[in-house]
Amino acid sequence: MGFKEFATKAELHDFLDDKAEELRSEVIRLSAIAGGGHMGGGLSMADIIVALHYHAMNLKVGDPKWADRDRFVLSKGHGAIAYCPVLADLEFFPKDWLETFNRLDSPFGMHPDMNKIPGVEMSTGSLGHGLSVGVGMALSARLDKAKWRVFVLLGDGEINEGMVWEAAQSASHFKLGNLTAIIDRNRLSLDGPTEEIMSIEPIRERWESFGWNVSDIDGHNMKQLVDTFDSLPPVESEAPNLVIARTVKGKGVDFMENDPIWHYSGLDAEKSEEAWKSIHSSRPARRVEK
Amino acid sequence: MTDIQKQIVNGFTFTTDTYDQLTQAEVYGKVISELAETNPDIVVLTSDLMRSNKTGDFRRVFPERFFNFGIAETNMVAAAAGMAVSGKLPFLSTMAAFLSLRCAETIRNDVAYPNLPVKIIATHAGVSMGNGGTTHHAIEDIAILRSLANMTVVVPADSIETAKVVRATAKDRGPIYIRIGRALEPMAHENEEFDLTIGKSITMRDYGTDAAVIACGVCVKAAVDAADMLNEEGMKIKVIDMHTIKPLDTEAVISVAESCGVVVTAEEHSIIGGLGGAVAETLSDAGLGIKFKRLGIPDIYSAIGYPEDLYARYEIDTDGLKKIVKDLLV
Repeated sequence: MGFKEFATKAELHDFLDDKAEELRSEVIRLSAIAGGGHMGGGLSMADIIVALHYHAMNLKVGDPKWADRDRFVLSKGHGAIAYCPVLADLEFFPKDWLETFNRLDSPFGMHPDMNKIPGVEMSTGSLGHGLSVGVGMALSARLDKAKWRVFVLLGDGEINEGMVWEAAQSASHFKLGNLTAIIDRNRLSLDGPTEEIMSIEPIRERWESFGWNVSDIDGHNMKQLVDTFDSLPPVESEAPNLVIARTVKGKGVDFMENDPIWHYSGLDAEKSEEAWKSIHSSRPARRVEK
Repeated sequence: MTDIQKQIVNGFTFTTDTYDQLTQAEVYGKVISELAETNPDIVVLTSDLMRSNKTGDFRRVFPERFFNFGIAETNMVAAAAGMAVSGKLPFLSTMAAFLSLRCAETIRNDVAYPNLPVKIIATHAGVSMGNGGTTHHAIEDIAILRSLANMTVVVPADSIETAKVVRATAKDRGPIYIRIGRALEPMAHENEEFDLTIGKSITMRDYGTDAAVIACGVCVKAAVDAADMLNEEGMKIKVIDMHTIKPLDTEAVISVAESCGVVVTAEEHSIIGGLGGAVAETLSDAGLGIKFKRLGIPDIYSAIGYPEDLYARYEIDTDGLKKIVKDLLV
């Protein structure tokens, strides 16, 4: 497990914070190339994506089709802007591909396409599909007696979709402890606060009543993310896992945080500079001196 | 393997006699069990319709490869996509009305767009649910499914074709929608001695060039019988079994349109967007201004009644076809 080995946990956490800082900066840069981007939700999920891809998931750098890899489905497909740069960094495709982001004939739209982007396991974009796809993957792993896990990242507003609950009931029915869903709980969907638009609380109780093993953590705290993924029950266990990752929409860019206007928006050069500065200065303090 | 399991995978031999005793769904259930014996990737999914989809035999032999998703069709379709990306060959079935309408977006985004080998067996298609009524009639499914890029759409004429299509599609790597009926629809073919290639139509009758009937599904047998009777009356009709709606055998359409100058399409589907629509598009693209008539369910919600009565009502049975062709030739 893990992208790199570290002598201490503190060094691992620092490394992951570095990667998250890079990823957030890249979200801003790609939004400029694209003429706009899903920055709010991209910034809220950045730490989760980093903790998964550089630590929790079993992946092989440069080999997106490695048979034993853990699978990941970005059910909140609009998070592609905070996902594709990680796949490039894992050497699944050349980094310069990203320079075409959202342009004519680019492999990268706002939502990821599995047939255009190496490393994307499933094309997504329409909300509510990814968990069902994850159920199918987890069932296949069970049939093959494979050890790989399936991770699915959902938006919090996304769980308004009825299909998510069809998937939730089937995952516990089929005893898919090899499936882990993460909810990016940033509390805002496009039109405003989830609890005003269409409430999803109490999340924990709802998922527990569907037979899921639920943990509730700070989705920006690398130590908590790492510890949660490291302590998932064995892949053979029966209850599917849900991680409620409490996040801030627009996390890292002070003028974007908790403001639904930044769900999708654009930035000029001056605002981009401001955003990068904010990302740099809000990075968590280092645990180990460099 | 127990004796009953062995019987299921080996014991069924298809003959014209036995086909007549099986619905298309039953034939599907048996063929898929045979195929799964040699193809370990095959998995079968249903949504609380194992008994109607006739996949119980498969479950008896391969219980670990059988998945009942309960009454939650969209989840089943997306899960099938997840299985397909993980190396499985999923065959899923439920009623055509639910698959084509409720699951349209799931089929489009999770199966057709990623171009995954998910094999969709849509049962109880057309008005074959009869007095089940409008919610259970699938008269828009061909129009919806054929508008999806990457999707193949096949409407077998009878159980023999169903068996051949299921066997053929187990070998290809794309998505397919196979639309079958509910009951013991009469056989259109007299024996199994014919080739069925997806995308290539079959000439069922070739009496002459007075008119051509292009049909699919149950309408093929009706058209064959109508052509036989009309032949007795001196009218020389061609009958084309257009089992594949997409990709359409446009060459055959153009050829019969040019030779006959009169074309009738017949299908157990809305006259909008189905086989008739596909043929009309082909004719107008080719610039062929011929006498042309689409038979099917008009732009209404189909009535309640036994399928045979509904086929008569919408003139897609033998008598209806005879009458329409005659009217066009007068």
